Amino acid sequence: MALDKNQIAKRIARELQDGYYVNLGIGIPTLVANHIPPDINVTLQSENGLLGMGPFPYEGEEDADLINAGKQTVTLLPGSAIFDSATSFAMIRAQKVNLTVLGAMEVADNGDIASWKIPGKMVKGMGGAMDLVASAQNIIVCMMHTNKHGDSKLLKKCSLPLTGVGCVKRIITDLGMFEVTPEGFKLTERAPGVSVEEIKSKTEGRLVVEGEVKEMVF
Amino acid sequence: MDKRVTDADVALMGLKDGMTLMVGGFGLCGIPENLIAALARSGVKGLTCISNNAGVDDFGLGLLLKSKQIKKMIASYVGENAEFERQMLSGELEVDLIPQGTLAERCRAGGSGIPAFFTPAGYGTEVAEGKETREFDGKMYVMERWLRADFALVKAWKGDTNGNLVFRHTARNFNPMMAMAGTITIAEVEHLVEPGAIDPDHVHTPGIFVHRIFQGKDYEKRIEQRTVRQRA
Repeated sequence: MALDKNQIAKRIARELQDGYYVNLGIGIPTLVANHIPPDINVTLQSENGLLGMGPFPYEGEEDADLINAGKQTVTLLPGSAIFDSATSFAMIRAQKVNLTVLGAMEVADNGDIASWKIPGKMVKGMGGAMDLVASAQNIIVCMMHTNKHGDSKLLKKCSLPLTGVGCVKRIITDLGMFEVTPEGFKLTERAPGVSVEEIKSKTEGRLVVEGEVKEMVF
Repeated sequence: MDKRVTDADVALMGLKDGMTLMVGGFGLCGIPENLIAALARSGVKGLTCISNNAGVDDFGLGLLLKSKQIKKMIASYVGENAEFERQMLSGELEVDLIPQGTLAERCRAGGSGIPAFFTPAGYGTEVAEGKETREFDGKMYVMERWLRADFALVKAWKGDTNGNLVFRHTARNFNPMMAMAGTITIAEVEHLVEPGAIDPDHVHTPGIFVHRIFQGKDYEKRIEQRTVRQRA
């Protein structure tokens, strides 16, 4: 069975370490916050100017002055800090943020990522994604393995305008987990019940499979 | 120096067709609602607006897009506005999309007397096309120039008549940098107080950057994505 969005988020949450500062992008990455192991301390950074982001507010306690980068209402935690956008990206560029998790439209087997524009069709803008991918120490991309037409999103070369070059380290899709290596996408784990053959057939970029690839355990 | 003016309409005195404006806010959070409404009333047109987003179809800068008062938009993310996307794809609206951190730093540079700087954001992408790139300590960077504006329109929570500003929560966002980068900076505040009422240690934007200030009214403070959790 391919993973659902919550399972993808749950698997990413296992990559978090005690003391990490983490920036979670819009979409599936936001769900990672629901699965942070209770025994570790992780601080969430939101690039609109918040360090120490808390959960959604209780109904009736929403504050229009307190949102995350996805414009969702959020809360503060004891020890949170607020700052302006320039300071926010100072901490991102200076690599104070330990892990960035974001979505993508395409990833290439050299670590290039495309996520912000489909020429002539959809132009939403890059927001903070270009700053994040250009500077982050560690980037995990999470996305569906194929697009709605069934075409692979793990490619030899991105066809869409790039967000960053050679920056993606790891990818988690509904079918498996991959490391970006000089030889291509190295399959490190597969979703429960998903075969290596299925992953091969749905991966357009170079795929590296070494020995027995273990199934993810939940 | 007393910089208070009566209201938004008076504050915009001297703002003419074709000028470049900075408008604070992130999404609809921390936008100068009163000044945007006054711009719409004034009918001024051919504006270049520098703002992280472009509002939504019927609020924020979306109001000025609908009335075709904006000629060019410089922003990082415009996904929330269908009219914006339509005008951009049809070529009616000139658009410069730039990375959010680069936008913030270009405003900060403009307000700090720094004409250019190097950032890694956008290296190897179309954002870097036509710009100088340079290697520093083994990594490639793109040269970006400062941004300055004829008018900077910002929103603060509290301000005194000297122009000292205090922002609240994430409504701070781009407002402090934009306040620094305006030839004329107008601040609208929810609470206008006398000098001395704000602890000098708590000032976020020193009054020297602010030229006109007024107490705004009828704040709608619309929420784009109301997300809540259930009580256990």
